[in-house]
Amino acid sequence: MKITFLDFEQPVAELENKIEQLRFVQDDSAVDISEEIGRLQKKSQTLTKDLYAKLSSWQISQVSRHPQRPYTLDYIQALFTDFEELHGDRSYADDAAIVGGLARFNGQSVMVIGHQKGRDTKERQYRNFGMPRPEGYRKALRLMKLAEKFDIPILTFIDTPGAYPGVGAEERGQSEAIGRNLYEMAELRVPIICTVIGEGGSGGALAIAVGDATLMLQYATYSVISPEGCASILWKSAAKAADAAETLGITATRLKTLGLIDKIVSEPLGGAHRDYPAMMQAMKKALQETLKQVQALPVNDLMQTRFNRLMSYGKFKEVEV
Amino acid sequence: MSWFQKLLPPKIKRRENIDDKKNVPEGLWHKCPACQAVLYHSDLEKNFSVCPKCNHHHRITARTRLDWLLDAEGRFEIGAEVQPVDTLKFKDSRKYSERLTVAQRDTSETDALVVMQGSIHTIPLVVAVFEFSFMGGSMGSVVGERFVRGVQLATEQNMPFVCFAASGGARMQEGLLSLMQMAKTCGALTQLSQSRLPFISVLTDPTMGGVSASFAFMGDVVLAEPGALIGFAGARVIQQTVRETLPEGFQRAEFLLEHGAIDMIIDRRQMRNQLATLLTLLTKQSAVAEIEAA
Repeated sequence: MKITFLDFEQPVAELENKIEQLRFVQDDSAVDISEEIGRLQKKSQTLTKDLYAKLSSWQISQVSRHPQRPYTLDYIQALFTDFEELHGDRSYADDAAIVGGLARFNGQSVMVIGHQKGRDTKERQYRNFGMPRPEGYRKALRLMKLAEKFDIPILTFIDTPGAYPGVGAEERGQSEAIGRNLYEMAELRVPIICTVIGEGGSGGALAIAVGDATLMLQYATYSVISPEGCASILWKSAAKAADAAETLGITATRLKTLGLIDKIVSEPLGGAHRDYPAMMQAMKKALQETLKQVQALPVNDLMQTRFNRLMSYGKFKEVEV
Repeated sequence: MSWFQKLLPPKIKRRENIDDKKNVPEGLWHKCPACQAVLYHSDLEKNFSVCPKCNHHHRITARTRLDWLLDAEGRFEIGAEVQPVDTLKFKDSRKYSERLTVAQRDTSETDALVVMQGSIHTIPLVVAVFEFSFMGGSMGSVVGERFVRGVQLATEQNMPFVCFAASGGARMQEGLLSLMQMAKTCGALTQLSQSRLPFISVLTDPTMGGVSASFAFMGDVVLAEPGALIGFAGARVIQQTVRETLPEGFQRAEFLLEHGAIDMIIDRRQMRNQLATLLTLLTKQSAVAEIEAA
């Protein structure tokens, strides 16, 4: 797979292009230029390292939306066995923007649910760019209730620009569907682990992200509104998205400091899309550890801890009145 | 046009139009934005800020609503001690801390939610009311915490909880902290529910975004005021996405009733009585008249 480079990665892209050309030359030439290639590869690595050492929030936002970034089904395929996808909300439709089903994680039964984006134009349309409609959230809730009934832990993967803003979605109760999930997930009596793998877009993300632990990939984002949306409302200009991204505090490190997420999962150099096997390895380890932690708690303690966690969200001062 | 205006020569008429606004003393008259009728402010107020001509429900402040709703005796405020901070040092064209100061000055409120314990027709309850004029009634950490404290008090005191929503959604200036208030408020309600205490949610104009998509539709009974704008995404965003004209009355209370999203629409003038009736029915108490007689 040829890597797609983002705008800010152009220096790396140029180097990689050069390497590619040299390789092509080497194939039908007697001169050995492997040394030169090696030198350039090293240079490319260093350059990437330097770039990624000081990414701005807006650049991280670009990485989180990278078209080659692993999506929910990629993680399911790599980390789970016996995946049996379950479809539909039982009352209106099956929303392809959310996938879910039973699977095994290290042999253990789990319910896995996540937003799903598409790779090519056709699939993007089919997945509605990972923007669920109410039936998607209702399917997710149905599967979570099913998991609760059979005492199966739930793993969710979050990766959406947001819930779909459409006429039909409004008519069928987008608000109610999201609110219902927040409410029900607060009291589901099984462990829930939520991992933000790409874009954590507002209420549409949160609707499958209430649980006992929130993990976040190093270059994922999680925000109340997209930087572009925020910029167009508060600055009246979408061009201010970079400023908005910075001030909104959407990155994993910032959110960890604020106590809103529990764990950051490191990504390979240059982002998850650069090295799928390494990413999957890191994810597996993180999920394994977290699952072990939450499963160690008796269910009543689990519920109490989850409730306390929910109630702890927010920053305010208390004054005499 | 009145017969008197018709008699006037055109020039005078025009002058009068120019001076139209200037001649109206501040606060004495009020023009209904729906039917353009010019109303005496005191008449409008006597009618619970509902236009006597077209029934348009004007937006009202949180404290006005509480005043109209609750019995005069035995009210006290909950969570006033909880006040906002600018954790993110958020800055767009203006600092969040400045926006807060301005909002506090303009509204005399410290944040966008006022919670009170009190009673309606002697039925004790906790009521939370959004103040829309405080940064669009947006929900940040303070709104979430006050809501939760209200719910917790209702649970402890074995009382129903009622919320009047009026909000543009989550407060952007608090970033993800505000998004998490959606989960926090919903979480708190699960405890009220486990104690079998009613939560009645009343959606007033407007109830959008993060408030609409969290506790607003989690009421055991969900009510709305006539004509209230209620929805997840704003009309402009939807129009940009779907590129088609939106149906007539889209996202209005009547539209939601028709689509099965809410239980009923209640005229503000009947709100107090109907809330009392609903609460007595849900908690299996005697009829309101009997309670009051006793």
